[in-house]
Amino acid sequence: MELTLWTYEGPPHVGAIRIAASMRDVHLVLHAPQGDTYADLLFTMIEREGRRPPVTWTTFQARDLGGSTAEMVIQTLQGACERYQPQVLLVAESCTGELIQDQPGALAKGAGLSAPVIPIEMAAYTRKENWGASETFYQLVRGLLAARAPKPGEERSARPADQPASVNLIGPTKLGFRCRDDVTEIRRLLESMGVRVNVVAPLDATPHDLLRIPDADANVNLAPEVGDLTCDWLKRQFKQPIISTVPLGWGATRDFIAEVIETLALDIDPETVGESRLPWYSRSVDSTYLTGKRVFIFADGTHALAAARMARDEMGFEVVGLGTYSRERARDVRALATEYGLEALITDDYLAVERAVTELQPELVLGTQMERHIAKRLGLPCAVISTPAHVQDYPARYSPQMGFEGSNVIFDTWVHPLIMGLEEHLLTMFRDDFEFNDGAVPSHLGGEGGGAQQPDNVTPMIPAEPGAVAWAVSAEKELRKIPFFVRGKARRNTEHFALEQGLSVIDVETLYEAKAHYSR
Amino acid sequence: MSQVIARANADALPDITTERGERAVFCGLTSIIWLHRRIQDAFFLVVGSRTCAHLLQSAAGVMIFAEPRFATAILGERDLAGMADCHEELDRVVSELLARRPDIRRLFLVGSCPSEVIKLDLANAAARLQGVHENRLRISAFSGSGIETTFTQGEDQCLASMVPDLPVLSEGSQRLMVVGTLADIVEEQFRRHFAQLGITEVDFFPAARADDLPPVGPGTRVLLAQPYLSDTVTALTKRGAKLVSAPYPLGIEGTLGWFEAAASEWGHHAEAVQEALAIPVARAQKSLARVRESLEGRSVHFLPDSQLEIPLARFLRDECGMSLTEIATPYLDQTLMADELRRLGSGVSLVEGSDLDSALARVREHRPDLTVCGMGIANPLEAEGFRTKWSIELIFTPIQGFDQVADLAGLFARPLVRERQLEVGSWS
Repeated sequence: MELTLWTYEGPPHVGAIRIAASMRDVHLVLHAPQGDTYADLLFTMIEREGRRPPVTWTTFQARDLGGSTAEMVIQTLQGACERYQPQVLLVAESCTGELIQDQPGALAKGAGLSAPVIPIEMAAYTRKENWGASETFYQLVRGLLAARAPKPGEERSARPADQPASVNLIGPTKLGFRCRDDVTEIRRLLESMGVRVNVVAPLDATPHDLLRIPDADANVNLAPEVGDLTCDWLKRQFKQPIISTVPLGWGATRDFIAEVIETLALDIDPETVGESRLPWYSRSVDSTYLTGKRVFIFADGTHALAAARMARDEMGFEVVGLGTYSRERARDVRALATEYGLEALITDDYLAVERAVTELQPELVLGTQMERHIAKRLGLPCAVISTPAHVQDYPARYSPQMGFEGSNVIFDTWVHPLIMGLEEHLLTMFRDDFEFNDGAVPSHLGGEGGGAQQPDNVTPMIPAEPGAVAWAVSAEKELRKIPFFVRGKARRNTEHFALEQGLSVIDVETLYEAKAHYSR
Repeated sequence: MSQVIARANADALPDITTERGERAVFCGLTSIIWLHRRIQDAFFLVVGSRTCAHLLQSAAGVMIFAEPRFATAILGERDLAGMADCHEELDRVVSELLARRPDIRRLFLVGSCPSEVIKLDLANAAARLQGVHENRLRISAFSGSGIETTFTQGEDQCLASMVPDLPVLSEGSQRLMVVGTLADIVEEQFRRHFAQLGITEVDFFPAARADDLPPVGPGTRVLLAQPYLSDTVTALTKRGAKLVSAPYPLGIEGTLGWFEAAASEWGHHAEAVQEALAIPVARAQKSLARVRESLEGRSVHFLPDSQLEIPLARFLRDECGMSLTEIATPYLDQTLMADELRRLGSGVSLVEGSDLDSALARVREHRPDLTVCGMGIANPLEAEGFRTKWSIELIFTPIQGFDQVADLAGLFARPLVRERQLEVGSWS
């Protein structure tokens, strides 16, 4: 039993719904009690989908539990087949369905349905949403393609010389982070290299499209949380190589281009492919104020890894915290954290993340919807970089994260919550001016709440430790002269310093001693 | 025990049909979202699965800024396989929780579909935990599971679970108990109106503080502020209380009828009530008149969701001039709806239960100007060219009483006003 306030991932059957909702001509029957249908609103409200997810629910109630639930399953399956006439019918259970052991997959196989059936085991009490999506997609692809796999020893026929190289984009889904625009961006990038995109799946694919997956020369594993399992299977069965660099960030996009060229044996100079404004924006003088900004990163594995690299190498930030809720990616995130001299935070406990942010007092938080809440509560600037995300993170505008345009978008997104360089400079110069008082927020944010508006009024979640040091009035006054956006850090550092030195009262001297100590 | 049941004339009732099939409703756990805002020192611990936690989070829209006063104890494979003792685990989780939140005065263990199916006895667990934390807080259990409750029924189960704790009303006294969650602002208005009627012996249940438990006994007159409290009423009548048959305080007529029904228990005539409340009634009429223009002559269709469908339909027809294509409601309690059904009268199509696909087919057939529905269905209907009002907003917004009448009508008017205003091409 595990105490949970907020969850980063839904249950695995929500992952199954994401696959069905991403595709065309697939229908999912879920054996689940009344109430589990709430999942529809994730798609129709958060992602503003104009159609209901293609899911029919048995919605059983207590009065049905006497023994007629199996009958309900069969009726629901038949009704769904008749009404929606899917090319493939997926069958699964939610957590409660799993407990009553009606075996809907077996029932479906024996129900003489007009559509081919693929049952999915959800393991609701051990697994989560991304696993459910990955498993569903894998079972679907395997179910459709297993019989077509070449026999052992059989060679893949070479692509005819007059045909362009082609790849599949594997993994993008509904309710993924900016998947719609990432697919467009990566398709453009590949086409500019003369590479044809054969199938994109699951997003907007039909089961018939999945049958064409083996025609491509390689699979681009665009969303590893969903695509890993399937890409591995396709590699084993169809000898399709995997292009595994996720093109998130300027450097990663260049690596991706290089991997595509190498994998497909293309005759292209990688330097001629695409262009990005990020390098110049990052090198221009206004960006010097970004140097060493302390950032905290928490996201799904893919976005956390990519953000860490971007933050350090492309923005010039200092990564002070790195973590993920994707246990499947824990090893990679741990390894990268070690490289950055950090200990990775691998958890799905929102409170543990909140404690870490409170402790570290970063100047920018890059996270999910949850970290947005944590940051708002602590008065810290924040940008959302990963799911779970809310309605405002499914924007109307074209806003990819991947490829060169994606790195432009990310540059803007991360800089936006901060005070711009020139403005930061002026605030320091004129800090005694009445307009540049504690309440001043970045001028472009107005009352929007993105900036550190009331850093001194934030009640920390962790109460001050007993034996905390006191501030002399003079030191407190001096502290107020320090620009408010670094004041929290200064206060914290000074208190740490005073404790270390065994001081009980902080005076002006202590403040500057501490400043000297930490600026080494 | 006595109970006033105003039986409607069978000839004048709506045409009721019952439907079974796929239901697109929230489960009772959703009630926690407004209950925890209402009872400000209570904590709701759902014993369930990741689905339960995810539902609460999705329905609350992760809008709650502070640490919420609800959480889920997620059952894992070890709990189900019997490798861990569920009761020991629950004790551990509760201790962890209470250490975090020393301000909590009442803890509800909330049953879910998985906990019901594995027959985890939460009432028993609550009693045991009560023994451990005796002087610290009160602990009880109720079920919000989807197999037993829909959406608003979670509140019914919660309140019913508190009835045994209510103190005894001293003999010979008469008190009014207003039952059902109301916004603070509405409670204050209602208290003023009752005072204007000379009724000061009024309690609201649930109150803002968990320890504020109203007394109950044969002198208690129960006046329902919400229409979904069947089990709570049964529990209260078992303790001697008498249900006052009344409409629900939605719209001017509903609110006036509600006050009249209560006042008659104190021997006041309807005329006296109308006179005493003339000022708020006139104010409500004036403010409603403006909004009514947008609604008059338009048709409205209710899909089953919150149990508020019947009184809302009555308000929209009788006071806003709308026509009703269909009213569907998750279930129909004829006792609690007696007054409303009589007001609705014959010639209205009322559906109890749900079969989602055929319900949507009827929306397409009737082409109503406005469809009131659950959140998951609203955008798909909009994309098909229907204007919708998602009904969860009707639960979270103060809509009861005279001074909220225009706000209530405004919730229905806004989608129609927006349709007229927008010049951005077709909806779908």
